[in-house]
Amino acid sequence: MKILVTMKRVTDYERKVKIAPDGSHLITEGMNFVANPFDEIAVEEALRLTKAHGGEVVVFSAGPKDAAQQIRQGLAMGADRGIHLLTDKELDSDAVARLLAKVVDQEKPDLVILGKQATDDDANQAGQLLAGYLGWAQGTFASKHEGLEGPEEKAQKPGLAIEGGKVHVVREVDGGLETIALDMPAVVTTDLRLNHPRFTTLPNIMKAKKKKLDEVTAESLGVDLSPKVKMLRFSEPPARTAGQIVDSVDTLIHKLKNERKVIA
Amino acid sequence: MHPAYTEEHQAFRALVRRFVETEVTPHVEAWEEAKSFPRALYRKAGEVGLLGVGYPEAYGGTPADIFYSIVLCEEVAKAGSGGVSAGLLSHGIAIPPIVALGSAALKAKVVPTVIRGEKIAALAVTEPSGGSDVANLQTTARREGEHFVVSGSKTFITSGMRADFYTVAVRTGGEGMGGISLLLIDRDTPGFTATPLEKMGWWASDTATLYFDECRVPVSNLIGEENQGFFGLMLNFNHERIAIAANAYAFSAVCYEEAVAWARERVTFGRPLLSRQVIRHKLVDMAMHIHSTRCFLEATAYRVMQGESPIAEICMLKNHATQCLEHCAKEAVQILGGAGYIRGAKSERIYRETKVLAIGGGAEEIMKELASKHLGW
Ligand SMILES: Cc1cc2nc3c(=O)[nH]c(=O)nc-3n(C[C@H](O)[C@H](O)[C@H](O)COP(=O)(O)OP(=O)(O)OC[C@H]3O[C@@H](n4cnc5c(N)ncnc54)[C@H](O)[C@@H]3O)c2cc1C
Repeated sequence: MKILVTMKRVTDYERKVKIAPDGSHLITEGMNFVANPFDEIAVEEALRLTKAHGGEVVVFSAGPKDAAQQIRQGLAMGADRGIHLLTDKELDSDAVARLLAKVVDQEKPDLVILGKQATDDDANQAGQLLAGYLGWAQGTFASKHEGLEGPEEKAQKPGLAIEGGKVHVVREVDGGLETIALDMPAVVTTDLRLNHPRFTTLPNIMKAKKKKLDEVTAESLGVDLSPKVKMLRFSEPPARTAGQIVDSVDTLIHKLKNERKVIA
Repeated sequence: MHPAYTEEHQAFRALVRRFVETEVTPHVEAWEEAKSFPRALYRKAGEVGLLGVGYPEAYGGTPADIFYSIVLCEEVAKAGSGGVSAGLLSHGIAIPPIVALGSAALKAKVVPTVIRGEKIAALAVTEPSGGSDVANLQTTARREGEHFVVSGSKTFITSGMRADFYTVAVRTGGEGMGGISLLLIDRDTPGFTATPLEKMGWWASDTATLYFDECRVPVSNLIGEENQGFFGLMLNFNHERIAIAANAYAFSAVCYEEAVAWARERVTFGRPLLSRQVIRHKLVDMAMHIHSTRCFLEATAYRVMQGESPIAEICMLKNHATQCLEHCAKEAVQILGGAGYIRGAKSERIYRETKVLAIGGGAEEIMKELASKHLGW
């Protein structure tokens, strides 16, 4: 089985992002970059699946030269090789999906696993768009029944079950979990409660240096990267204003109803 | 950033940081109060390769330059407990002589299991009669057939209570440094006992006095040649002192960050502390010391990486870094005020841990004396 996974380079979610004074862009100089945590879960799942069923895990990232670090992280976790689409352009989800569709044409994986979203733009679209372009089945927000505290996670079992050419995906939906069976090849996107991604190890970091990492360009794939979504402006969320202490629940309800008008 | 840091160093830093944030930092307060951390931490650290940094692959290690060791020291230090750093990494002074000089059988017996975190290793040199004057140590090992019979005691030994293997400096020959040998002694050896010591800081690490009462140790446990032990110990010094400097640097940075965060939040006389010039200037002085320590550390490590042995610089680096720490810990506690004196503040703990770095691994005065001999006057 061959599994293609994504590894996006994103700004560290623990650091505060700065906005250019004119609101036109984010200031990324001096920022720390990490792998999108949802993608780490995708890599982990792919590694567990190939451990159980045999096969190969290929890590893909589209981004600047330094995005190779995030691919190498996937390789240090245990993936077999990487594909780096080199670009300094800002990519929207649609461009990423069209790039991935081309890579899928070439690589012919049985499964593509992506994070359900990236922690920088939280778009939550690339997986769905990719399934659309490929005409494949999609299982989004993959999770697992028992969550992360049960024995299956301790035993590092995959949350996705593959049987008879189908992949079974437990999905987080409003009000609970549903299980769907997808014909393969298929696209799966990961939610947070699918697995705990493993640590890399120092020996594997050293080995990852020697694994194959191919660089490709959008031109060679014949994909136009011009965005369909235009960023108009970035702004800070409004600063929190000081709270008020009220003397009784009645006053609170009165204020919420009449002053703030947030309850009827 | 120093150019010696590659992408792999950064990946390693990210690994150690995540390891420390999930496996160490949340438990530090409890471990400090319990005056111990679980043995399982060694195994966890071993699993991700943290205990094998710089050791040969044949023994389960990962060959890596000295900047990896610096990254390891710095990131483990971010948990804010010198005791955890010292205890978890006590093999860092215990096994290098074995790796460099030990027989194949001895290496195979000790090194892989320590690197996997299954067994704990300690170095025992200092004695109740003195630590600085290593050449004058008193513990004797008398040859009897295929055994050495060891008598004497060691003190202030890190991981002394729970180590499985001890690399022990003993006197096998005449007076002075030419009569010293290194022996590997198993904790199960009849006649060996240890008693714990209470300390000012480093609570999470155990420190002990060791007693050897006619312990019979096989001759095959000799590390390197008989009476050549002093040379084995010297092999440790450069790395150990650079590691201490890396620790001191990292703990200084922890104090600085805690002080900045506090100064930002704490309001006195209607304004945050950070708006007061006196406080801002204190912070600048701290930052200045930290910055110079880091540059000194990296420049010296780079020379060692090139195969040099800049002894005077390493001695001065160790002093510079530990003085930086003494300054930063003192000022951080001052900026935190009463909160800096109460258990729970990182600076409170680190303040109690400054002296051990200025004393252990070659005391400040000894470092100056050694530097003076190597400055080429
Ligand atoms: C928490 C802790 C953990 C330790 N862990 C270990 C360990 O794992 N293994 C180990 O072997 N040792 C360990 N040590 C011991 C440490 O290495 C020694 O404490 C250190 O080498 C100093 O030796 P000493 O304490 O005997 O002091 P002394 O040698 O008695 O020196 C006392 C003071 O006099 C100064 N001094 C000594 N000689 C001179 C001189 N000629 N001129 C001027 N000043 C001088 C010294 O600098 C020092 O300030 C540890 C110590 C501590 C506190």
